[in-house]
Amino acid sequence: MSNFVFNPRDRFGDWWDQATILQRSIFRVIVVGVLFALPLINNPIIDTPETSFESVLFYPLVMFAIMAVGLNVVVGKSGILDLGYVAFFAIGAYTQAIFGLYTNLNFWLVLLLGMGFAMLAGTLLGVPALRLRGDYLAIITLGFGEIVRIIAVNTEAIGGAAGLTGIPSPPPIFGVEFSVEDVRPYYWLSLTILLIFLWGIIRLSHRKPGRAWEAIREDEDVAAFMGVQTFKYKLWAFVIGGAIGGAAGVIYASQILSIEPKMFELNLSIMILACVVFGGMGNIWGVIFGAVLLGYLPEKLRFLTDYRILIFGLLMVVMMNLRPNGLIPRKKREVILEKS
Amino acid sequence: MDFSILASEFASLTFDGIVVGAIYALVALGYTLVYGVLRLINFAHSEIFMIGTMTCYGVTLALGISTSADPLTLTSFSLVFLLIVLTASLASGASAVVLEFVAYRRLRLMRASRLSSLISAIGASFFLTELFRILTESRNIAFPRLVDKEPLFVFSSAYITFDKLLVLIGAAVLFFLLNRVINHSKLGLGIRAVSQDETTAVLMGVNVSKVVSLTFLVGGFLAGAGSAFYMVFYETTKANVGFLVGISAFTAAVLGGIGNVRGALLGSFTLGLIQQYSSAVLGYNWRDVVTFVILVLVLLVKPTGLLGEALQRARV
Repeated sequence: MSNFVFNPRDRFGDWWDQATILQRSIFRVIVVGVLFALPLINNPIIDTPETSFESVLFYPLVMFAIMAVGLNVVVGKSGILDLGYVAFFAIGAYTQAIFGLYTNLNFWLVLLLGMGFAMLAGTLLGVPALRLRGDYLAIITLGFGEIVRIIAVNTEAIGGAAGLTGIPSPPPIFGVEFSVEDVRPYYWLSLTILLIFLWGIIRLSHRKPGRAWEAIREDEDVAAFMGVQTFKYKLWAFVIGGAIGGAAGVIYASQILSIEPKMFELNLSIMILACVVFGGMGNIWGVIFGAVLLGYLPEKLRFLTDYRILIFGLLMVVMMNLRPNGLIPRKKREVILEKS
Repeated sequence: MDFSILASEFASLTFDGIVVGAIYALVALGYTLVYGVLRLINFAHSEIFMIGTMTCYGVTLALGISTSADPLTLTSFSLVFLLIVLTASLASGASAVVLEFVAYRRLRLMRASRLSSLISAIGASFFLTELFRILTESRNIAFPRLVDKEPLFVFSSAYITFDKLLVLIGAAVLFFLLNRVINHSKLGLGIRAVSQDETTAVLMGVNVSKVVSLTFLVGGFLAGAGSAFYMVFYETTKANVGFLVGISAFTAAVLGGIGNVRGALLGSFTLGLIQQYSSAVLGYNWRDVVTFVILVLVLLVKPTGLLGEALQRARV
């Protein structure tokens, strides 16, 4: 069956393996340059009809991509099904809202704080929950996502159901002002953060944690027999994924000025999961591709917007049944062994 | 924190808790039965329940009963309710069988990982919720009052009404029927055999695919019947009604010991009571947090539940 599964990554991978450092660097610079220049291009082919292309670039595209990269560490790399990922996003967003409104803390400190709180929540949930089996864990994380939302609704001190408004924007960077009128600086900021996370996750994947995660995903018992400290690495995956979700939340809240608990419903967790599943669980480029495609298409094709979640749900069933490794499957470890 | 309501309304809360628990039990049995044969949590079971509630509403629409109409007389109510229960059970049962065929079968035959099956089921669950949300335009659907809800008699603070008694009696009948099916029918033998050891069951000539399909059918049937009782009791539904009922029923199944039919009953009544008491003390809007906390605590402290995991050892 595998012989007719076309994998664009293999074609590109062959070229990449043969490329010199100079070629690779040039390729990287071009890609990053194009990404940063995207909001400056006024091309009717890629433009979106309803909302401006610049704001679509920020949300959902880059926001989905950041969260998909984070969730991919948990679901794709380590095989832990997390259905409450939106909780980390919510924690980040509320951190930015509360600290931005009631303190004078620097935005960058708040960003770190948001990630810190998300990591703390991930640890508090993960230490007890990660000892459980996969399907129980899925339910627990689902419950966690809902509890965080219900607590936000029921706590009047953080705005209750109405949420918080007037969240401040980040301070200017290199003379670029962050304002309500212009989404582009937020896009550049979030893209930079995404690239940093990408770099970090790729580094980790090539090293011991990445191998431990893959071993756990393939067979946790065997991994434990082989001396992998499964609990430790599962917790790290969970916490790192949470931190990335938290960072996305901080940036998101700083752009949209007001947040309410309704924004952090289960739907968002499932949409991000659909991005990961659709693109290819475990392959970081696949999940980014999935996030960009699933974020962009409903904005571009207006008739899809209302049926977004319907299609996302259907996609998950279809992908699992027909192409369980996603559009761009991850590279198999045995291939690497043969080559080396 | 307000314990005075708990004290003054204790009988009422207890009675309502048992009624709610009976509805949970009908849904929880579906989780437990499917878990027994597949070793998987059927994430889309809550949507099977939702389809049942929608069918109930559809039947009243087809019969031309409007929400402003007077409650029916006892004879016509019996007939209408019987029709509603049967249609809802059939609709839910059929949906469950289709669900198994679309979302689970291929993955089971391919021996795919648990993760794949879970994701497939979650996708199906979201697809169904969203489909009905679009069809109902996100409205809360009001169900007509079919039967007079004046209390028949009052016991301490508890108002014993006809609809609550109906739920209890109906659920008791269904539990009895399920007991017959599990313990005294060929299908029940098949379900118990597959739950104990799938490979050996195949060797003994059990058609596993058929047993799995029929298990989904039985689970869907019970959820559909539960949805009819739910509609008479609560008189409202919406596209995501299954989510909280499903989580409660699932918690109940885990609390009693998932895969254990008796446990599902015990867990459901326990959870129904806990929810009523805690709502009285903490306020209604904390009810779902309490449910989740119970779920987390049970899974952490005693993941096998009150009566222990496994269908085969329980004699219903």
